[in-house]
Amino acid sequence: MIIEVETINSFSKLELLKEVYGLIWILPILTLLLGITIEVLVIVWLEREISASIQQRIGPEYAGPLGLLQAIADGTKLLLKEDILPSRGDIPLFSIGPSIAVISILLSFLVIPLGYRFVLADLSIGVFLWIAISSIAPIGLLMSGYSSNNKYSFSGGLRAAAQSISYEIPLTFCVLAISLLSNSSSTVDIVEAQSKYGFWGWNLWRQPIGFLVFLISSLAECERLPFDLPEAEEELVAGYQTEYSGIKYGLFYLASYLNLLVSSLFVTVLYLGGWNLSIPYISFFGFFQMNKIMGILEMLIGIFITLTKAYLFLFISITIRWTLPRMRMDQLLNLGWKFLLPISLGNLLLTTSSQLVSL
Amino acid sequence: MSEFAPICIYLAISLLVSLIPLGVPFPFASNSSTYPEKLSAYECGSDPSGDARSRFDIRFYPVPILFIIPDPEVTFSFPWAVPPNKIDLFGSWSMMAFLLILTIGSLYEWKRGASDRE
Repeated sequence: MIIEVETINSFSKLELLKEVYGLIWILPILTLLLGITIEVLVIVWLEREISASIQQRIGPEYAGPLGLLQAIADGTKLLLKEDILPSRGDIPLFSIGPSIAVISILLSFLVIPLGYRFVLADLSIGVFLWIAISSIAPIGLLMSGYSSNNKYSFSGGLRAAAQSISYEIPLTFCVLAISLLSNSSSTVDIVEAQSKYGFWGWNLWRQPIGFLVFLISSLAECERLPFDLPEAEEELVAGYQTEYSGIKYGLFYLASYLNLLVSSLFVTVLYLGGWNLSIPYISFFGFFQMNKIMGILEMLIGIFITLTKAYLFLFISITIRWTLPRMRMDQLLNLGWKFLLPISLGNLLLTTSSQLVSL
Repeated sequence: MSEFAPICIYLAISLLVSLIPLGVPFPFASNSSTYPEKLSAYECGSDPSGDARSRFDIRFYPVPILFIIPDPEVTFSFPWAVPPNKIDLFGSWSMMAFLLILTIGSLYEWKRGASDRE
């Protein structure tokens, strides 16, 4: 009897340990989520300010200093709006669609190293997990397009699915070439492999074709101009989001900006050396390992560098959005299947042969 | 296995983050003046005609069909690309043969016009 009680006690202790182990992980996750939210608000503000200055307007200026609170005001308004459910639509699918799009993109942040070895899950299959997860998003878009029972939404959903499917293959080929070069799929290892010769060690110089293909396909995956066919305002009213109102529309908005953030972070990680300062012969990471405060400082510097590089790409894609016209659907698919796919396949073959020569 | 623990927790938290906002509007938003036209599908102001889930363009079909072939191929290439120095010349060349077969297939498909959108 006593033995039995003891085993039960030890069992409960084990459970408690597991809970504590879980609690240890919750804090960084919540910090990461908070950081992501703030970054999305900053991106929305940046996009509005940059588009205003491109079009010689003033942009947001009333909400807060320089209109900084504009995105928060918009989000709060969307939260308090009425949730309109179309009468002939499929309500469960209609409600879940935007959430699936958001979840699949939020999960991509798991494997992005923001600072020096500062990553939620340093998996050996990091980039592969990202590719696998990011292909869930078109299912959400297709679901919302189908369930709205609206012709515009339906064609928007179909276009979104076709587009993200056809641009996923060049993107994956580029990532495959990168993991061939650095002999690892872990994002941390990929960044470490680029840390040797400052900015001359970036994968950008070893994979220039792959870099361009990755940039174009990630723009297409984000469904931004010149590839925003699924939500082309002039043809389909708003594509798959036509029937959405209130916070569900807000979730789609959030998903598009999260996607933009993820792809610019991945451009940084895969091609621009991630958290490294990237000035030749200067590397201060690893020196201050003995001191805890210096370790935190080091991490903060790493995060700052990563975000600076990522915001450079955000700036580029925002400027592209406000300067280029939209493509046609057949041009889009031809670019994907007849230009980017052969080029990225050739790039992969080149990389493989160079690896073979060096073997 | 422990490296997948944060993934599970993060999955649960992101589920919460994306599902909780769906319930937030209920206490605040008014739902009083609902009339049938408001809930009907938007077709630029006129009454919606017919069901939206009808036939659609055949050109949307070849895209997923063509996608099915390269995508598992890329997936199987990842285990080949990653381990350093564990795959020798034979392994590399057999993968090259695989890629060559795929290239021939896509060239054939291109010549037959399966990827034309006109």
